[in-house]
Amino acid sequence: MVAVAAPTSQPRALQHRKSLVLAGIVVAWLVLWVLFRNVWTLSLGAADLTPLHRWINDVNDAVGASRNSNPVFLYFFNEIRLVIDEFVTFVQALIAQPSFGRPVPVIGWLGVVAIAGFVSLAVAGWRVALLAVAGFVFLGLQGLWQESMDTLSLTLAAVVISLLIGIPLGIWAGLSDRAHRLLTPVLDFMQTMPTFVYLAPLTLFFLIGPASATIATLIYAAPPAIRITAHAIRSVPRNTVEASESLGATRNQTLVKVLLPSARKTIVLGVNQTIMAALAMVTIAALIDAPGLGKTVVKALQTLDVGTAFNAGLAIVVLAIVLDRVTTAAANERRGLPRWALFGGAGVTAVCVYLSYTYLWAAEFQSDVEIGSSINKGATAVTEWAQDSLPVLTGGFKDFVTFALINPLQALLAESPWFLVALVVVAVSFLVGGVRSAVVSAACVALLIATGLWQDSMITLASTLVATILVMVLGVVVGVWMGRSRRADRVIRPVLDAAQVMPAFVYLVPFLALFSASRFTAIIAAVVFAAPVAIKIIADGIRAVSPATVEASTALGSSSWQTIVKVQLPMARGALTLAANQGLIYVLSMVVVGGLVGAGALGYDVVAGFSQGQLYGKGLAAGVAIVVLGVMLDRLTQAAAKRWTN
Amino acid sequence: MARHSVLGTVSAGLVALVVLSGCGGAKVGDTSSGATGDCGTFNLAINPWVGYEANAAVLAYVAEKELKCKVTKKELKEEVAWQGFGTGEVDAVVENWGHDDLRKKYIDEQKTAVSAGSTGVKGQIGWYVPPWLAKEHPDILDWNNLNKYADQFKTSESGDKGQLLDGDPSFVTNDEALVKNLNLNYKVVYGGSETALIQAFRQAEKDKKWVIGYFYSPQWLLNEIKLEKVKLPPYTAGCDADAEKIACDYPDYDLDKIVSKKFADANGPAAQLVKNFKWTNEDQNTVAKYIAEDKMKPEDAAKKWADANADKIKAWLPKA
Repeated sequence: MVAVAAPTSQPRALQHRKSLVLAGIVVAWLVLWVLFRNVWTLSLGAADLTPLHRWINDVNDAVGASRNSNPVFLYFFNEIRLVIDEFVTFVQALIAQPSFGRPVPVIGWLGVVAIAGFVSLAVAGWRVALLAVAGFVFLGLQGLWQESMDTLSLTLAAVVISLLIGIPLGIWAGLSDRAHRLLTPVLDFMQTMPTFVYLAPLTLFFLIGPASATIATLIYAAPPAIRITAHAIRSVPRNTVEASESLGATRNQTLVKVLLPSARKTIVLGVNQTIMAALAMVTIAALIDAPGLGKTVVKALQTLDVGTAFNAGLAIVVLAIVLDRVTTAAANERRGLPRWALFGGAGVTAVCVYLSYTYLWAAEFQSDVEIGSSINKGATAVTEWAQDSLPVLTGGFKDFVTFALINPLQALLAESPWFLVALVVVAVSFLVGGVRSAVVSAACVALLIATGLWQDSMITLASTLVATILVMVLGVVVGVWMGRSRRADRVIRPVLDAAQVMPAFVYLVPFLALFSASRFTAIIAAVVFAAPVAIKIIADGIRAVSPATVEASTALGSSSWQTIVKVQLPMARGALTLAANQGLIYVLSMVVVGGLVGAGALGYDVVAGFSQGQLYGKGLAAGVAIVVLGVMLDRLTQAAAKRWTN
Repeated sequence: MARHSVLGTVSAGLVALVVLSGCGGAKVGDTSSGATGDCGTFNLAINPWVGYEANAAVLAYVAEKELKCKVTKKELKEEVAWQGFGTGEVDAVVENWGHDDLRKKYIDEQKTAVSAGSTGVKGQIGWYVPPWLAKEHPDILDWNNLNKYADQFKTSESGDKGQLLDGDPSFVTNDEALVKNLNLNYKVVYGGSETALIQAFRQAEKDKKWVIGYFYSPQWLLNEIKLEKVKLPPYTAGCDADAEKIACDYPDYDLDKIVSKKFADANGPAAQLVKNFKWTNEDQNTVAKYIAEDKMKPEDAAKKWADANADKIKAWLPKA
């Protein structure tokens, strides 16, 4: 058991002095900012390019032109594409698409519902099975059966491949410090590099089709599996491992008998996050013709048809909640199901599958009770009401936050001379994390300058900081509440799941009406997407604090507030760090979506790069800048967290 | 005991099976699908805007009904669609807005694409204001008067200048250069998407708010709100040659069709159809309205238009 209040590693006087130096830096920055405002800011117009950007364009063109002759394409990418295409197409043929000369898939809706119910029953129990059946039938009632099955096929394929790659890598990174150090930047890169940057090149490498969509999805969805698996292995208490080793267990035995079982719950959290991340990609993948619900959303939004988009978004949410609950319940210890139930279930399932193979009524979902159009109408009505009656209030709130928070921060970062900001960043890094942090930050600053997008980076940085602060505030408040109350957890969790997988543009249409195209709208979008992750991690961390400790604290006469602040939060600081880290990365992964609603800067550069050939190089550079920002902020917060937790 | 239950359940399942198959209903495969003719597969890119969808829907409808092609629609952004010419996955793009960069790359350099002529639709890009504003301040439609109103267009994003809302990054914008070279007291704010623009204009017309922004026609929103175009210094050939010094309006675009070289060379029925396809802004607006406002499926919208315009369609069909 870790001691509750570890002694501070530094004498108080030193820390006091550091605070003074920090304050001095800020004051000096402000003074110099007043003197040198708006000079040497390295700004670059929206249509302007640097030689680097042009060079990337040329490379991109050259790769495209050599596609049909280059052996790397012919023998490497083509093989990967074939395997993945076959895999996805096979799953689609089973449940989604007309196949094998039949006008319908092999297994119709009745069969799929039965299988979903049976698998849930076998691994997760009655209640979850009921939820799964209800959820899948709901998809049919929405009038979106085929689209949902296409999305499910693609998601399953991407998740399976992610886990096949991710869990072994995660275990490796959990066991070896060197692997951890090697993988972390790669994962940062995969999670923060905006999809728009590699979407077009992907279709060049893997053609338009399921393979590209799957790969795009798994680049984004695999990192959580790896990260959280590693985290799980690492958080198994040292003395458990030592006990096992002292009993003469080999490395493998320790891994299989001690580490993996102790880490199982957390690893499943990683599986969850992978599924959620994969479903979050559904809409973006639709831009390269990925079949399924994403297409419905994208198409509806061309005419700002929020109702239709919401209906499809809701289907994604339903899929997410079912998959999430099944995997979560599968991880918890349970009494096994009696044999007769298993066999009976298998029998009924087989019958349903046979029926759905043979008869039209069981193959194609046709129902007189169609609820999709009601959902559609309801969502449209709510949106219209909000757009008509709220903008007076929301507009004022937006202006307040913009003028009080975003503008001053942005002015300081983006309107100071570049070397001044660079100096401040490096100095603060040194204070927080010593020489190492200073070196990392200096390298990141140099890279940002090299991308030619310094000022845009600073504008994005300002918005990112504001969004992350909001995420952490929400994360701590709601996370603690959920961690302390099972009931709150039960009610809030589905909302969080919905916020994580509902395609951003569905709620961005009304947000645009409420807050106009602005940086604030982008920040709100990022908070909606990133807060759930932070909240969940903190809630789990709070719950993991041993009840005995909490009881002891209460018995000693602590109030709830004291228990939270003095016991639960400090003991969950590992979770807090992870939450801040993931919150930040999720905020950064929304920078591009922000670019679609008025954030400008790096997000817009990436979007424009995806849409216009001659801006491709600039878009890629902006993508790199986002990653660099991510790495820099991540290392800084980790250094700060280490200081705080010791 | 357990064994008995298993048997029981299985036999119950079998009984259910027999009962259900008795009252079964139509079997899979009872009806066969229509056969395809010699046209083969026609891979049609669908770029993400409604006007394009209107062109594509009508073309797909004619190709399927008249020529018996198997039409595969692929929903792609422009850049990706053009890339598909080279990889053989896209046969045709049926509404192209200029895109000189893509032309240069795929038609001139890689030689994987060729132009298939005009769609007959004229495209316009420019600065637009909501109708209420044009009515109350008619002089705003001349760029010379824009500075007079700059204060009204201030927002949280534009600082002490007026906001010129740019949106869809799919098209080239000269707006930063224009603002600078015309000495306008405005700041270009990047909304970043068509959605952001449409919401801004809708909100502006409804609440009588001041908005000026980049927009284009034909676009389905113009059926709903008659946005007014602001007059910029007229376009003359070559006035946009130097991107830094542009001080003139955007040119009119003759929206055209691009097809893959292979598709054009084979000159099958679908290729001839695409080449012959030509209609008007009005035609496209009609179909776009069916899709965007009447919420019809593209297929149904195409059928409705086609039924009323049989003579136009006849002219597109390959000459036997």
